[in-house]
Amino acid sequence: MSVPDRASDIRAAVAAKQVSAVEVCHAALDRIARQDPALHAFLHVDADGALARAARIDRAPVPDAPLLGVPVALKDNIVTAGVRTTAGSRLLEGYVPPYSAHVVERLEQAGAVIVGKTNCDEFAMGSSTEHSAFGPTRNPWAPDRTPGGSSGGSAVAVAAGMVPLALGSDTGGSIRQPAALCGVLGLKPTYGRVSRYGLIAFGSSLDQIGPFARSARDLAAIFGAIAGHDPRDSTSADAPVPDYAASLAGDVRGLRIGVPRALVANGVEPGVRAAFDAALEALVEAGAILSDVALPHAALAIPVYYLVANAEASSNLARYDGVRYGTRAEASTLHDVYYRTRALFGAEVKRRIMIGTFVLSAGYYDAYYLKAHQVRALIRRDYDEAFARVDAVALPTSPTGAFRLGERMDDPLQMYLADVFTVAANLAGLPAISIPCGLTDANLPVGLQLTGRPFDEATLLRGADALERRLPMRQLDGRSI
Amino acid sequence: MLSPADVDRIAALARLELTDEERARFATQLSAILAYADQVQQVDTSTVAAADAAPGDSRMRDDVPQPPLDRDAVLSQAPAADRAAGLFKVPRVLGS
Repeated sequence: MSVPDRASDIRAAVAAKQVSAVEVCHAALDRIARQDPALHAFLHVDADGALARAARIDRAPVPDAPLLGVPVALKDNIVTAGVRTTAGSRLLEGYVPPYSAHVVERLEQAGAVIVGKTNCDEFAMGSSTEHSAFGPTRNPWAPDRTPGGSSGGSAVAVAAGMVPLALGSDTGGSIRQPAALCGVLGLKPTYGRVSRYGLIAFGSSLDQIGPFARSARDLAAIFGAIAGHDPRDSTSADAPVPDYAASLAGDVRGLRIGVPRALVANGVEPGVRAAFDAALEALVEAGAILSDVALPHAALAIPVYYLVANAEASSNLARYDGVRYGTRAEASTLHDVYYRTRALFGAEVKRRIMIGTFVLSAGYYDAYYLKAHQVRALIRRDYDEAFARVDAVALPTSPTGAFRLGERMDDPLQMYLADVFTVAANLAGLPAISIPCGLTDANLPVGLQLTGRPFDEATLLRGADALERRLPMRQLDGRSI
Repeated sequence: MLSPADVDRIAALARLELTDEERARFATQLSAILAYADQVQQVDTSTVAAADAAPGDSRMRDDVPQPPLDRDAVLSQAPAADRAAGLFKVPRVLGS
C-alpha cells in the first residue's frame, strides 16, 4: 500500500498495519528532501529522531491514538527537548532546549511523529517569513512570492504536501494569514484553549498555538489532541474539550453568519473579493443565514495591536541577554555583552522592541499603552454585541493574495496592514479559522476567515467542513513541485 | 517626530546597540509607526475601565514546589558556565 496523503487515512492505515509508521516517515522525509531545497520551509529536519520514534510506534502501537504514525512539523518557536530551536533568530542559533512544550508532549501521546522545525519570522514578528535570520520561505503556488507569516514554514510544509499537519503560533494572524496565502486551513484557537508552556513568548496576552491542515477532519484531529488544560500555563483554561470530529456535520444549517460589509468595502483586492463572495454564497447553499454586522472599532485593531504586542514583546525579549542561553557576543564588560548580543536581533525585532520600550516609558505609558488597552476593550465589546445576533463573523483572511518577496521589506507599515482582518481576534481572545475558498486571477489562494465565540471552535470547524465539500480547494500535487 | 537623540535614548533603555544606518532609518520609521498609532488618542474610551482590557483570566495555583529543570542540562546551554560549581559565568561586573 502506498502512503496516504491525509492524516486520517494515515492513522487508519498504520492502525490496521497496512503501512508502517516508518514507511510513512520515510515518505515525508523523501518529500522534504525533494521539495524543500526550493522552498525552505524547514530550518531543521530531525530525520534520525523521527525514524527512531516511528520505529517505536511500529513496535508498540496504540491503535486508538488519534494521530498514530502521522508526521507533523512544528514552527521553530515551539521548544523541543534535544532538538535545536531557534525561533528564526541569531540569538538562539544552536540552542538545544532542555525541555519540550506542552503541545509536543500532547502530540507524542497522540502517536504523532515530529519530523522537523519550520521557518518563521524572527520571534514570530512579521507577515512574510522574510524576517527569519536564516533566509525566507517561498510560496509553493508562486515561488517569487512570500508564503505570508510569521508561521510561513509550517503553512508551506502542509501546502506542498511535505507533511499532512503542522503547528504554528498566531499573535496577530501568524497562522491564518499564511494559511490563506498558501491555500490550507489554519486555526487560531481561543486564548487559553491550548497551553503556551514551551512557546517562545512574543505577545503574552495575544499568543496562541494552533494547527495547519488540508482538511477540516485532519484539523479537528490535531486540534483535539493539543487542546486542554495545563497548569504550567497560568492562562490555560480548565474547560472541557469536545469531540471536534463530531462537529463536522457536512452542512451549516441554521448557522447565522455576520458580514461586516463596511470593512470589506475598501482595500480588498478584486480577486479576493470575488472568492470571498463566492464562499459566502456556498455557505448559504449549505444552510447559513447571512446578515450585516457592524464592528465600529475594528478599523483601530492594527494601531492597538502594534502598541500592545510591541509593549509585550519589548518585555518578553529582555531575557535575551547573552547570559543564560543562546548566543553571546563576547565583550570585556557585562554592559557591553548585553548591547553587542542584542545587536544581533534583526531589524524588525529591533523596531518592535524600540516601539514597545517607548510606549512603556515614563510619560508615554498612559497616552499609548493604557489607551490602547481601553480601545482593545471596545473592540471586544463590538464582538460581544455581534455574537448576540450571529454565531460567526466572516471576513477575507487577507486583503490581498501572496505578495512578492522583498515588496514590503522597507515599508513596515504596509507589511503590518497584511494583518488588518486578523488582529482583532487576538485582541478579543476569540477563535478564528482561515478556510481556503478559491484562487485569484493570478492563481493565488484566497482564504475565508470565520471568527467565533470563545471556546466555540466546533462551529468554525463545521463551517470549514461545509465549505470544503462545496468549494473543494485545488491541492498542490506535492510530487510535482 | 522622533529625533536621533530620542532613538538613542530608547535604544539605551532597551540595551540595543544600533548601527548609524539603523539610527537614521529608525528615526523615520518609528515616527511613521507612532504617527499611525496616534489614531487611538481620538477614541472616546470614557465607558471603559482599564481592568476590562485583559482577555481571559489568570488563575492562581497552590505554591507547591515542583521538580526544576536539570541543572546540568540548563547550564549546558549557557554561553559560559562553571558546571562543577553550578554557575553561569559573565565578565567581571565589579572592580577591575
